[in-house]
Amino acid sequence: MNRPPPPEPDDAATGLPGFRSWRAVYVFVLGVFVLWVGLLTLLTALYS
Amino acid sequence: MNALDYLVLLGVLVGIAGYGLWRTRGHHNLRSYLKGSRETRWFTIGLSVMATQASAITFLSTPGQGYESGLGFVQNYFGAPLALILVAAVFLPLYRRLNVYTAYEFLGQRFDPKTRLLGAGLFLLQRGLGAGITIYAPAIVLSTVMGWRLDLTIVSTGLLVVVYTVAGGSDAVNLTQKYQIGVIFAGMVAAFCVLLARLPAGLGFRDVLAVAGGFHKLEAVDFSLNPDRRYTLWTGLLGGCFLALSYFGTDQSQVQRYLTGASLRESRLGLMFNAVWKIPMQFFILLLGVLVFVFYQFERPPVFFNQTAWHDQAAHGAGARLRALEQDFTAAHAAQARQIQAWVAARHAGDAAAAAAARTAALAASARVEAARSATKAVLHAADPRISANDSDYVFITFILDHLPHGLIGLLVAAFFAAAFSSKAGELNALGSTTTIDIYRHVVRRDAGDAHYVAATKWFTAFWGLVAIGFALFASLAENLIQATNIIGSVFYGVMLGLFLVAFFVRRIGGTAVFWAALAAQALVLGLYFTLSISYLWYNVIGCAACVLCSLILQAFLPANHANDRE
Repeated sequence: MNRPPPPEPDDAATGLPGFRSWRAVYVFVLGVFVLWVGLLTLLTALYS
Repeated sequence: MNALDYLVLLGVLVGIAGYGLWRTRGHHNLRSYLKGSRETRWFTIGLSVMATQASAITFLSTPGQGYESGLGFVQNYFGAPLALILVAAVFLPLYRRLNVYTAYEFLGQRFDPKTRLLGAGLFLLQRGLGAGITIYAPAIVLSTVMGWRLDLTIVSTGLLVVVYTVAGGSDAVNLTQKYQIGVIFAGMVAAFCVLLARLPAGLGFRDVLAVAGGFHKLEAVDFSLNPDRRYTLWTGLLGGCFLALSYFGTDQSQVQRYLTGASLRESRLGLMFNAVWKIPMQFFILLLGVLVFVFYQFERPPVFFNQTAWHDQAAHGAGARLRALEQDFTAAHAAQARQIQAWVAARHAGDAAAAAAARTAALAASARVEAARSATKAVLHAADPRISANDSDYVFITFILDHLPHGLIGLLVAAFFAAAFSSKAGELNALGSTTTIDIYRHVVRRDAGDAHYVAATKWFTAFWGLVAIGFALFASLAENLIQATNIIGSVFYGVMLGLFLVAFFVRRIGGTAVFWAALAAQALVLGLYFTLSISYLWYNVIGCAACVLCSLILQAFLPANHANDRE
């Protein structure tokens, strides 16, 4: 069998404008999630 | 469906499969066949992960859920963003660092061979069972409404997927999934636009929401702590998180998708793409079902959405009773439509008292509509016990066939099949890989060449494809199809996640302790499943917690974890 390529380094840079670290990306995703749950809760409250 | 619809349907399905085969033609080594060319960008990975999860059941059955029960099912996906962050931050870097082909290879490196085999076995068992449903679910609905033969629909769709998955491997799966999900989204957006256009004149979007809300279809978030309620914020956050963590982190059909990334960054971004879009996508599909519900408040729907079953029975002994119930239904529906029109008019006039009175009258008429529907279901079920009383899987396809223009009907039916193909291909690719890497290469033949293992993977992929087709040919399902898939997953996923959480976070536990703990936890979950009536999402939590706790207890009585047990 072919030998697998050597393990790659854990890339710290996200390459995304405005996001210097992966932690910032995760916080953004969590923020979007909270926003969605908030909007759905509002929809429930307005139309139930 | 007319000739134009069939042209669109065949053109889309055969075109995508053929393009995938052509683009990935040529020889493969084991790495490129299982992990692709490792050039895949984040957008393709993101769509591929989404397409693998979103099967035809998602697009046929979820609007039906929205029609019947409203938006509450969206809570099932509340745990997904949290789980995807954990997978991207913890699971993914380790899988890539260890250069594994399958998630279960990691269990072998962390624990021992028997734990690796247990993980692979649990995956093959639950995914093998689910694989049949992925083909059967759309085939039963589409063949019924189209008048096609069920067995031919299952065999022809199953074989087409098997052919391009076997021939092209992981790259073909990723490539075809990208275009298939494009067709699915195009179809869904087209259906949404047609629905909005066909609502009565003068009915604005706020009126639509008011009508849907008046019938309790917009209750998206439920804060209830009652464990008997299937979908609440808490089952979604906790149970849904465990389900999603198991699925995205330990199910090879997903792991294989994101391991094809050109780099860790591309794989991570693909997962984050899903973390951001999963909830809105499910919300949109459910909202489509809610809009269909509102549409059918003004346009009379069939009394029973599986019209083939209704017409079959109406032509026989139960005909007189069914037609009488249909007349009751028609009268009640007409009264309901009038009251809703009055309700909307009163809202426009700003007359709150008249609006409240009309709404109360509409709800009373709706109760008569539902009573006629329930009686019809009872008559049908008594006449033929094989007829399921749950007709929600037929709601969306009935709307499409009755109210969409030709050409678009073909596109929507192609979208359902594209969804079936994309998830089926991901599953088969993973089943073939796991059987080769974790069973065949690990236990049966350890020292063969690359070409031998590629050939073995192709044979195993074809084998699992035929198993799925066989299972689908003989399967019969009672409950809503998407729930059946999730229930099978929940019964096995919790324990699987427990194995991986111990592997990642509890370094002192060894293979023997976690192996026996996993078996005990699986027995516990199966026992509870057959004796309790709690929401199935809780089995993810129970299985995982039982596996971790039993591992800790067993390890206390066993010798310390020795590294030389590992592979």
